[in-house]
Amino acid sequence: MTHPFPFSAIVGQDEMKTAMVLTAIDPRIGGVLVFGDRGTGKSTAVRALAALLPPIRAVEGCPVNSERLEDCPPWAVVGSTRIVTKPTPVVDLPLGVTEDRVVGALDIERALTRGEKAFEPGLLARANRGYLYIDEVNLLEDHIVDLLLDVAQSGENVVEREGLSIRHPARFVLVGSGNPEEGELRPQLLDRFGLSVEVGSPKDIDQRIEVVRRRDAYETDTPKFLRRWKGEDTKLRNRIVAARKTVQVLKTPEAALHDCARLCVALGSDGLRGELTLLRAARALAAYEGAEAVERRHIRRIAPSALRHRLRRDPLDEAGSTVRVGRVVDEVLG
Amino acid sequence: MSADPAWTRAGTALALLAVDPAGLGGVALRARPSPVRDRLTEALCALPLPVRRLHPNVADEQLFGGVDLAATLAAGAVVRTTGLLGTPSAFVLPMAERASGGLAARLAQALDDRRGHCLICLDEGAEDDEGLPAALSDRLAFAIDLTGVAMGSAPPLAPDPAAAADARARLTATCVPHEALADLARLAHRLGIASLRAPLLALRAARANAALHDRTVGPDDLMAAVELVFAPRATVLPDASEDAPPPEPPDSDTPDENEGRGEGETLRLPEEILLEAVKAALPPDLLARMAAGRPAKGAHGAGAGAVQKGNRRGRPVPSRAGRLDGGKRIDLIGTLRAAAPWQAARHATSPHRDGLQVRPADIRVKRYQEQSDRLLIFVVDASGSAAMARLGEAKGAVELLLAEAYARRDHVALVAFRGTGADLVLPPTRSLVQTKRRLAALPGGGGTPLAAGLRMALDLSETARKRGMTPTAVLLTDGRANIALDGRADRAAAAEDAATLARLLRGRGVPAMVIDMGNRPERALATLAQALDAPYIPLPRADARRLSSAVSAALEA
Repeated sequence: MTHPFPFSAIVGQDEMKTAMVLTAIDPRIGGVLVFGDRGTGKSTAVRALAALLPPIRAVEGCPVNSERLEDCPPWAVVGSTRIVTKPTPVVDLPLGVTEDRVVGALDIERALTRGEKAFEPGLLARANRGYLYIDEVNLLEDHIVDLLLDVAQSGENVVEREGLSIRHPARFVLVGSGNPEEGELRPQLLDRFGLSVEVGSPKDIDQRIEVVRRRDAYETDTPKFLRRWKGEDTKLRNRIVAARKTVQVLKTPEAALHDCARLCVALGSDGLRGELTLLRAARALAAYEGAEAVERRHIRRIAPSALRHRLRRDPLDEAGSTVRVGRVVDEVLG
Repeated sequence: MSADPAWTRAGTALALLAVDPAGLGGVALRARPSPVRDRLTEALCALPLPVRRLHPNVADEQLFGGVDLAATLAAGAVVRTTGLLGTPSAFVLPMAERASGGLAARLAQALDDRRGHCLICLDEGAEDDEGLPAALSDRLAFAIDLTGVAMGSAPPLAPDPAAAADARARLTATCVPHEALADLARLAHRLGIASLRAPLLALRAARANAALHDRTVGPDDLMAAVELVFAPRATVLPDASEDAPPPEPPDSDTPDENEGRGEGETLRLPEEILLEAVKAALPPDLLARMAAGRPAKGAHGAGAGAVQKGNRRGRPVPSRAGRLDGGKRIDLIGTLRAAAPWQAARHATSPHRDGLQVRPADIRVKRYQEQSDRLLIFVVDASGSAAMARLGEAKGAVELLLAEAYARRDHVALVAFRGTGADLVLPPTRSLVQTKRRLAALPGGGGTPLAAGLRMALDLSETARKRGMTPTAVLLTDGRANIALDGRADRAAAAEDAATLARLLRGRGVPAMVIDMGNRPERALATLAQALDAPYIPLPRADARRLSSAVSAALEA
């Protein structure tokens, strides 16, 4: 596996980059959905983010990346008691993956060769405390989507099958990408993503040239290109780490809460998840920008990402949901 | 006889691929199995990678590796296999148009990881709308269409692996002038190629071509590259009257790579020349496709047939002997039951092993049978005009159709529109009794809000799709729409709304049929049927039975 393209070297696509950085600051925002055309750097950004994130500390050999020894699930045979640093897990969930591989299943090898009843953890276990990336999320089979919905909601994976009864923590940031022309996503799953961004090919010719130039430089001489961007990436990583601290103590004025609620009411988004996400994302953005309190400009900037996928679909409204959110933001926030 | 231009391009593509197989991704080759195609695939041996064949239903275990169950059971210890993706190879994927989205995603990921793979997709699609999944075609540098290339105009290719190997060694040292890069990006933009992979792949193709000729990237290389990479992707033919972008001031620090072309000529290759190269290689049907408003081939990644999603996980059917791979689930009890009678004999033959002795032949895998149900959505006009004319007959016809639907185990839903809106008289059901009761009680009268009826049919079909059913809309009306979607009595707006919704329904791929139950065939309805891409069945003076048989015939067709 070669080293991924540096995150800070991605040209443009600011909304997508911001959204991903925000989930790194506050994982409770709950994931990013990236919808857009082919060849616009969706997969590149996700893989780059993985390399950018600060490492986590976890028990060596723990299948669910537990932070402390006592958090290791009882079924796991963790030989070591050492705490090691390892990169934030980013797990790929390929299309057509079987249920067994997602949730985990009876360890067939051990059952057949040694006659033991053991649990073989799945992708959800590996993604704990990290990211779960689903490319072409809109083409994912329904029964897998159902599984993910349930786990993303509860943060816990419960396996009751083949005589096994096992549970383990599965808290992860869901990152999905896809091309809306090939199929839509069920509203239930849409709602689980905290932020959604739409990416398109850059229209600006100079930007396109720059993309091609950087990518070519990366592919021709990867080490040199990585050295060139290492500083930028480190700077960004430090900023994320700092923002993680400040977001804890950030002030949230009453006016900001009011703005969030009014926006959601005006847009008619279902449930209260819209308000919560909007507020969390605005806080993370404020922390990222080094502000001391959440201000209206933060809410205004993040509102399209946080709300555009929560609107009721109107097949006759030709204007995209981005435009509709923009209209309402202008009306409500003035 | 001279070589066909498509064949010449195929030869060039193959030569470039031999230089930089991993960087260029591969070739999408559209051709039915033929001696011409065989001649091309034989030449693949020039690639510096082992050539391996995949099939569209290749299992994950074969791709990614996994536990070799047979060897594990024989040895009593875990034996793992490395998957096909473990070693850099040139994969040949026949029947690529049938590859599922899942396989395309996996292969695309393998290509993205830059582990040195290269993919030759043999697209055997017969129809225009069959094609490679877009996830793959976007990542493969070349697309060659060999349809109609005769054997006589396809002289044998003479690949030169030694020259390719030399060129590969020169590849990284081959420099590309900055202008070339900008030219490629700009040209891709003008040709309406949105993906940024295209200019990148073109750049790599140009570099490979230059390396093959041992020179820095020059105009000829760029021409070859755009011809191969851009022409199949173009979606817009640039207008000749469109102003060429303003010439940029020549860069002073550009290395001189004029190669003795005219002295007065600037270094920058005019885009127009490149454009001409692309135009020469454009697929001949591009204009027709653009006129039809359809996107380029394969853009929808169809060809694998609509995915049938069962609305149940499937009825379990008896397990049977089979190979266990990533996609199957083992039937443990069945496996043990199969192994049990042999235990005594197996212990006798290999007494040194304890415990249960399971052989690969004992493995039983679970099977499910999935069914996808059809949903017939009847959209019935219950307006005053229709009620006068034929509502009774329509009801009778629907009842007959219901009986047939019941026999076929189809689901049925009933939408009636009258007055200012549409009602979902009957949500999707299989209950015949309930349907009959509701239908009999259906009142008539009021205006004709055709658009509202269609809108409800659209919503209903979307919901049904999500539940794994295959919806079909049957519209029964006399077609005189006079109520717009917002409830206003405005004939023009009503017709407009109905047409918009018809296009939406067609866009979502909901099959439909339009039954004109007016006394005279209504021209507006025939137009609506066209917008829906639906059969139009005018039935003046038809009784319920004839109506029903007409619908059945249209459904079977």
